[in-house]
Amino acid sequence: MATTLVAMKVKLRNPDRIVDVSGPKNVAALLAELEIVPEAVLVIRDSTLLTKDEAVSEKDEIEVRPVLSGGAR
Amino acid sequence: MKCKVCREHALVEVRRHNAAFCRDHFVKHIHDQVARTIKDFAMFTPEDRLLVAVSGGKDSLALWDVLLDLGYDATGFYLGLGIGGYSDRSKDAAVAFADTKGAKLIVRTLAEEHGYTVPELSRLTGRVPCSGCGLNKRYEFNRAALEEGFDILVTGHNLDDEVATLFGNVLHWNTDMLGRQAPVLQERVIGRETVLVKKVKPLVRVAERESAAYALLKGIDYIVEECPMVEGNTQHRYKEALTMLEEASPGTKQQMYFGFLKKAAPKFTEGTGDAEVVACAECGAPTIAREGQEPRCSFCSTKALALRRKEEKR
Repeated sequence: MATTLVAMKVKLRNPDRIVDVSGPKNVAALLAELEIVPEAVLVIRDSTLLTKDEAVSEKDEIEVRPVLSGGAR
Repeated sequence: MKCKVCREHALVEVRRHNAAFCRDHFVKHIHDQVARTIKDFAMFTPEDRLLVAVSGGKDSLALWDVLLDLGYDATGFYLGLGIGGYSDRSKDAAVAFADTKGAKLIVRTLAEEHGYTVPELSRLTGRVPCSGCGLNKRYEFNRAALEEGFDILVTGHNLDDEVATLFGNVLHWNTDMLGRQAPVLQERVIGRETVLVKKVKPLVRVAERESAAYALLKGIDYIVEECPMVEGNTQHRYKEALTMLEEASPGTKQQMYFGFLKKAAPKFTEGTGDAEVVACAECGAPTIAREGQEPRCSFCSTKALALRRKEEKR
C-alpha cells in the first residue's frame, strides 16, 4: 500500500515563520530535514515536549523552539 | 523513550546524564541539580534574603520558580532597558509570573534611574549595545540589592552561559577574567561599607535546553523572542559552536566548565587581588585606583559621557 505524503506545518521562531515538512516521520528525522541541531531546540506539541523518537504527522501542530540566547548576561 | 525513574513515558532526554525523564521527575531532577549547586558552593541558606535578577526569559524565571519551590525567600528584580516593545513584553512576562506565584517583584528602569535607554547609551557612547547593557545591569542589580537590604544577588546564568564565557576567555587568554570566573563572587567591603553584595549562579549545573524545558513543563510563559540588539553577538556564536560539540559528544560543556573550576581556575586567581581597589568618588562602587586621578568607576564614567553627549545634541 502506498504511503500518502502530506505536508505538516512546523512553526519556527526568531523570526516566527511556518515551514512545510513532509510527514509522517519521527522528531529526529524532522530536525535532520530542517538541518537543526537537536541540542539547540525543544520540539513542542500541545504545550508539551517530544523526545527524538516520537512520531509526528500532518495532524500535528509542531513548534521547534530555539533555546540558545545571546547578549549581555 | 521511558523515564529513568518511573519507566513512564518520557518528555525530556538529557543525553549528558544518559537519562530521560517524565514531567514530574524532570522537575525533580532540576530541583535536585539546583539544590546540589547551592549546597556544594555554599551559596546561601533559607535565612538569607535573595534578590533574583529576572529578565522575563526562561533562565531567570525558571530559577526564580525553583527557588520559590525549594522554599527560599526570593524577591524578583526587573530592570527596564528601554529596548522598545521587546522590553515591554519581557516586563509583562516577569510581572505575570510574579502575580501567578504571589511573589514580590521590584521594577526599575534605566530611563528613570539614569536618564537613558540601552539603545541611546550605545548611540551616545559608541559602545557595543551588549557591553553597555551588561555594565548597567551589573551595576543596577548590585545597587538595588544594597539599597533594598538583600543578602545575596542571584542571577540565572546557566551552564551554556558559563561555558561560552569560559570559551571566549580562553580564546583571548583573558587571564584576569579567568581568575574571576566562578559560580560565587564573595561580598566586597571597603572600610566598613559593603560595596558589592555576594553574587551567585545556582543554574550553572543546568544546561540552557534544560532550563527552557523546565519553564515549558512548569507552564511558565517566558519571552521566547531574542533581544533585537543581539544580532551577531559573539557569545551567541560561541554557544552555537559548543552546542555542535555537545551534540557530537554529550557532556562536553559540563566537562569543560567543571573541569576548569576544579583543575584550572585556581591557577588564574594568583595576582588578581593585587590591584588596589578603592571606592568611586561619585557613587562609592569599587574601582581600581589610578595614580593622580580621582577614582571613578566605569559605570559613572560611561554615564557621564552619555549624559554629556545627550546634552550637547540638544
